[in-house]
Amino acid sequence: MSPSVQLQEMIRAIRSARTQCEERSVIQRECAAIRAQFRQADNGGRSHNLAKLLYVHMLGYPAHFGQMECVRMIASPRYSEKRVGYLGAMMLLDEKQDASLLITNSIKNDLSHSNQFVQSLALCTLACMGSAEMCRDLAPEIDRLLRASNSYIKKKAALCAVHIVRKVHELGELFVPAARSLLSEKNHGVLHGAVVLIIELCEQNPETLEHFRKTVPDLVQIMKGLVLSGYSPEHDVAGISDPFLQVRILRLLRILGRKNEGASDAMNDLLAQVATNTDSTKTVGNAVLYETVLTVLDIKSESGLRVLAVNILGRFLLNNDRNIRYIAMTSLQKIVGTDHNAVQRHRGTIVDCLKDQDASVKRRALELSLALVSASNVRSMMKELLLFLSSCPAELRAHATSGIFNAAERYAPSQRWHIDTMLHVLITAGGDVRDETVPNLIQLITIASELHCYTVHKLYRALIADISQQSLVQVACWCIGEYGDLLLRGDCQEAEPVQVTEDDALDALETVLHSHMSSPATRGFALTATMKLSTRITDNVDRIRSIVSIYGSCIDVELQQRAVEYNALFKKYDHMRAAVLERMPVIEKNSPGHTNGESTGEATQDAPRAKLKQGELLLPPQQPANQVCNLLDLLGDSEETLQPSPAFGGAAPGPSVNTTSTAGGDLLDLLGGLALTPLAPAPVAPPVPVYDKSGVTLTVSCEKQSATGLTVTLTASNATDADISSFTLQAAVPKSVQLHMKAPSGDALPARGSAKVTQLVVLNNPNKVNLKMRVRVSYTRLGSAFQDTVQIDSFPGLDAAGQ
Amino acid sequence: MIRFLLLFSRQGKLRLQKWFTAISEREKKKIIRDLTTMVLARQPRSCNFLHWRDLKIIYKRYASLYFCLAIENQENELIALEVIHRYVELLDIYFGNVCELDIIFNFEKAYFILDEFLIGGEVQETSKQMVNRSIEASDMLQETMEEYMSKPAF
Repeated sequence: MSPSVQLQEMIRAIRSARTQCEERSVIQRECAAIRAQFRQADNGGRSHNLAKLLYVHMLGYPAHFGQMECVRMIASPRYSEKRVGYLGAMMLLDEKQDASLLITNSIKNDLSHSNQFVQSLALCTLACMGSAEMCRDLAPEIDRLLRASNSYIKKKAALCAVHIVRKVHELGELFVPAARSLLSEKNHGVLHGAVVLIIELCEQNPETLEHFRKTVPDLVQIMKGLVLSGYSPEHDVAGISDPFLQVRILRLLRILGRKNEGASDAMNDLLAQVATNTDSTKTVGNAVLYETVLTVLDIKSESGLRVLAVNILGRFLLNNDRNIRYIAMTSLQKIVGTDHNAVQRHRGTIVDCLKDQDASVKRRALELSLALVSASNVRSMMKELLLFLSSCPAELRAHATSGIFNAAERYAPSQRWHIDTMLHVLITAGGDVRDETVPNLIQLITIASELHCYTVHKLYRALIADISQQSLVQVACWCIGEYGDLLLRGDCQEAEPVQVTEDDALDALETVLHSHMSSPATRGFALTATMKLSTRITDNVDRIRSIVSIYGSCIDVELQQRAVEYNALFKKYDHMRAAVLERMPVIEKNSPGHTNGESTGEATQDAPRAKLKQGELLLPPQQPANQVCNLLDLLGDSEETLQPSPAFGGAAPGPSVNTTSTAGGDLLDLLGGLALTPLAPAPVAPPVPVYDKSGVTLTVSCEKQSATGLTVTLTASNATDADISSFTLQAAVPKSVQLHMKAPSGDALPARGSAKVTQLVVLNNPNKVNLKMRVRVSYTRLGSAFQDTVQIDSFPGLDAAGQ
Repeated sequence: MIRFLLLFSRQGKLRLQKWFTAISEREKKKIIRDLTTMVLARQPRSCNFLHWRDLKIIYKRYASLYFCLAIENQENELIALEVIHRYVELLDIYFGNVCELDIIFNFEKAYFILDEFLIGGEVQETSKQMVNRSIEASDMLQETMEEYMSKPAF
């Protein structure tokens, strides 16, 4: 070996620099010298200079001025210069650099060089950094080398072909015949390269995979030779003969046997043999066994073989080596769906791995444990998982909490257990749960009506202990606000009785309000909860008023708005306070894909959304999931296409209620006379009743105005004994249909049908889609608000296509 | 396929880097920084496998050097450990009881050995002796050519 003295001197100089500054000055000096040398004519030291530059590059300093020198060196006739030149090309010239194209010609020449080591340099560089153009250019050369050269070059050419196929998929066909013939080589290096090439070709193109399936017997033969042969000094690693080649062949067999009975049958014996004969004391043996197990589980193997494979994984789980346990769990994760029972047998070991020190093992154990939770073992598994959560590393927490929630939702043995578990998670890891957990939990609590007392007591206790976990605090505030009366009554049978006074409850909420740890959303929860308590408690209403009025000048706009509205509720609309703040209806369970709103402000929005779901009952029950999305589309449209009809509902209490009723009144006054005129043209078809509930009926009639235009008249009447006020209708139609709602004739429905309310809806259906309309009815009767939805699928006077 | 190979010392200084896919310089530096921090933060007797982005990182510590390999998700991790071990053995045979200083002062030779063992992210030769013979032959070639050229002026 020729000592590159200059290079080593430079390295020594750089290493002896004591500070970063000194090092930089040494390197700058050297780089200047190198640049000067590059500009000079050819001297003998070119390779040393480039080597020095590459060292500097590895330290992280810029070295782009060496790119052209690399190109020049590659073209040099001297081997030492070519060698360093190609090394520089691989380090400095990747396909993103323009200069890389300049070496294409050199590579082409060197590929046909008489010396095999020069050829190998070119092949190595092409396989490392060859761009798509270079690959297209040189692919025929590589194919030639694959067929007619010595094994040293063949093996490199095979891997070069792999790179070409990865870069330019279409060239795969070029290499198929050569790859096939390479399988009959004896040289292990060439065989290995051929197997890698065939794997790549099969993965790219399913037809090629069919073609190569015929090679399965040959591959089985080769493997048998490797497994059963005696000691071969060339390829032996700890008693296994050429493990690299074995693993590759097993991988190819896996790809060929997947979903194919014939091929899988042909390899059954071999796999059984490998699985039983391979020595598993060293990592090498385990590597081969691992690959065998993966292959067995992926192809259509017979059941005895599968059992053997799962047993091997079970043995891996008990291995002392952490790596082996880790990969055992990774593999079990893959089959937990299909061979669930087999994996369940090892549940104990997997749960033990949750307590392992190593973070990677913990992660795998967590995923596998979550996959193994089932209805029968949910209580014990959840106990382990909650224990794990308390000592869980930070990066796994979010995953663990969401996994626990999913498992609890699916397999909860009782509602109380479910709520307990969710509370436990919030207390332990509340900071890491996902955003939709809060509304989900609230919804769960509202459903479990018999547990309200128990839940609110538990939440109250958790709240006074710790107010830093935002999700927990939000849920607790909501519950205290909603079920404050149950909390104060204190007679809950399930938990130990604790006397909670009104002051205590208000203290807790106030602490949350004032604490700097509370986020603005949490403060919003607390403020609304305080307000709700004003109807649930008797003595401290003044305290609540003062709290609320303080926040009327809060900097946070959301809080200020709420406080001002609540203040108004106290002052001007005190008579409505009880109605507005009464107990919420049970929130219906939405489809999992439907993202709920972030805070309880949206909860009231959820109630009408849930009611809209009941409209689904009118549709045939086999509606697939995408139909549900279409209905939600309809809903989404209704928000935009709302026309002059004043909107009722929404989260804002008191004041907005009044404005809508007065606005309705104004419209009534202004249009009282005009409202009669839309009724004048007699409808073409008799009106059809579409809605009849609680004494309120709605009928619909249509009249075609043009090829695409349609006027729909909605008529409402009230058959009950009480007057109805603030009667409004909202309508939603499919996306391509245009909707225009005219002003209604009025918004009051006197009792016993003495007067009707009509509203005209003008529709334009340019795309002639199937016409459907969803109408939301809202009104106030006897001081309480009602809302309902009805879906109109067929319009009288139109045929089934809505034409 | 192996995406890249990194060698770094206990202090986080890079000793060798081999990239088998085209990545920009900035991205390379970022990857090196991220991985070095991740691997150096691991406890001594922990698992040798890590998950990083969509790749598996296999690392092994030999004396003062960390050998770090990034493989694709479907590859066999245990065989990757063997690949690292085989490379260390090759270095050992070439340099005779290799230590970190050998790799520092003869980094270009370390690259040449790597290029005889891996090509395009795959193992090219599974026999240790074959790789050794090839390297020796290429070195001889270098010697011979230089002998016949005029000695460079130092």
